[in-house]
Amino acid sequence: MPGEIEQFLYLEARLLDTQRYEAWLDLYTEDAIYWVPLEHDQREPFETSSIIHDDRTLLDLRVRQARHPRAHARQPLARTVHQIGNISLEDEKKNELTIKSTLVLVEFRNERQRVWGALVEHRLRRLPQGLRIARKRVDLVNSESELDGVAILF
Amino acid sequence: MVARDEQLAMLVQPDRVHRSVYADPVIFELEMERIFGRAWLILGHESQVAAAGDYFTTRMGREPVIVVRHEDGSVRVLVNRCAHRGATVCAEGRGRAERFVCPYHGWSYDRGGRLGAVPFESGYQRGKLSELGLKQVPRVALYRGFIFASLSSSGPGLEEFLGPARASFDDLVDRAPGGELEVTGGVFKHAYNGNWKFMLENHLDGAHPAWVHASSVAVARGAPEPGAPGKEHHFDIAVRQMRQNGAPDAVWDAIGVWTTPRGHGYLGDYHSDDRLVAGMGSPVFDEYRKKLVERCGQKEADRILRVTLWNTIIYPNCSFMSQFRQLRIIHPLAVDRSVVYTYSFRMKQAPPGMFRDTVAFANVVNGTASWVLTDDLEVYERLQRGLSSGAVDWVYIGRGHGGDVDEADGTRRGNTGTSEVFIRSQMRAWLDYMGADA
Ligand code: FES
Ligand SMILES: [Fe+2]
Repeated sequence: MPGEIEQFLYLEARLLDTQRYEAWLDLYTEDAIYWVPLEHDQREPFETSSIIHDDRTLLDLRVRQARHPRAHARQPLARTVHQIGNISLEDEKKNELTIKSTLVLVEFRNERQRVWGALVEHRLRRLPQGLRIARKRVDLVNSESELDGVAILF
Repeated sequence: MVARDEQLAMLVQPDRVHRSVYADPVIFELEMERIFGRAWLILGHESQVAAAGDYFTTRMGREPVIVVRHEDGSVRVLVNRCAHRGATVCAEGRGRAERFVCPYHGWSYDRGGRLGAVPFESGYQRGKLSELGLKQVPRVALYRGFIFASLSSSGPGLEEFLGPARASFDDLVDRAPGGELEVTGGVFKHAYNGNWKFMLENHLDGAHPAWVHASSVAVARGAPEPGAPGKEHHFDIAVRQMRQNGAPDAVWDAIGVWTTPRGHGYLGDYHSDDRLVAGMGSPVFDEYRKKLVERCGQKEADRILRVTLWNTIIYPNCSFMSQFRQLRIIHPLAVDRSVVYTYSFRMKQAPPGMFRDTVAFANVVNGTASWVLTDDLEVYERLQRGLSSGAVDWVYIGRGHGGDVDEADGTRRGNTGTSEVFIRSQMRAWLDYMGADA
């Protein structure tokens, strides 16, 4: 049986892959940062662009846009499979855990299938209601390459 | 040849264009030769090659080139193709190099493209090697720090090519205190399965945001009020932009769209700084304005900030927003495949918050995963799919046709801000370039 942390990451993936984005948002803390850097080894998100750099407010808006009937790039929603591997506990401080993992993601939309690969870091916080995501960083292996539009969540 | 030119002329009519202009690979090949092989193409900015030996690779149409700063201070543009058996001598990217050494047999070239060391030199015919080198792109010129080059050795000079559209570059540079700009903060590279002209035909199109961007307008309306005191967000600038996309039709019709000779054009009074950019009341913008006044005086600063040139198109490969300091270069890859590089400019003497605005704007509006751009890309792909069908021949570009107003210097204004005058102007430029002896 997978442990608590694995179960939590699988839950996050499952919510994304079944398009339950609102429930997925509930896994994030109010002060959460969701970050997909543009550059390899990018150090900060304010002086350098990011593929996605959302606080909780923007993340909410992102999900709301995806639900809009005229979100041309998003409707119909892409179907995805998030495959998570190499999960390791990097650090544990008070009530925060840093988890590293790898992500292989298959995306299908408009007769086109794409494969993504990424190194992922979660910072999870233990709250009374359970584990929550305070920070997620997704370093795509091809973030600096020429990419077709991205309208999914990693 | 004459027959072909007559056929080309039939494809572009005053208020309609034949679909093959967007979908026929033969026409695309001709475009690469006659448009991208003739026009001045913007390649970048001098800050990308600040010191001797600094270089970056890019494309001119489909030609791979190296832009490099020579030790004599000039900017050179070299075709990235070894004189020996044709490998690209420089890996893609940027850096600083003393010389370019081909990975195949080690031929090396200086920053002017001159052939230096050649391994196994004795094996070649004497005298033959001295004729060889990296091909220099025949014409390179700068305007206000922007690097342009032309693959053709003849044609109008750069200033003539830009004509009245120079004003948009002036605006971009003048807004920077001390005129100091640098490219930094990462480059978005987004691709789409569609013709290169779709982007140029979209960026001045005031009739599209209400439809294409309906979803981002809707969520932006529900976003926290931008700039609310004590509740500022780093992305306020982007929320303002997305809301502005949802402006009433009357606003769009009133903003004004101009075209200038050779297919360039710009939108007029879409944003004034107080309406949108950072909010005149915002502390960052106030600090920036002070800096500008310090450098050029109150009167000049007022003049600069009153200029409202929004999206500018420099035909055939550039689109930029001087108020947000974002510039896009389009590279056609195939008739139905294009890639766009999006650069951000930092005003070196402005407060850091101004560049943070540029970055946030890039992420949320122009980025590869943004709320706004992604919907444009989806529509470009829909256009390509629709125009690949032979069932219907014509694309209608007649909005405002018959009402275009001629102004000074070859400038032409649409009768309303949502006129398709800019597409008609781009197609006229297209025909001029495509002529056999343009
Ligand atoms: S191909 Fe470049 S040295 Fe031979
Ligand atoms: Fe758009």
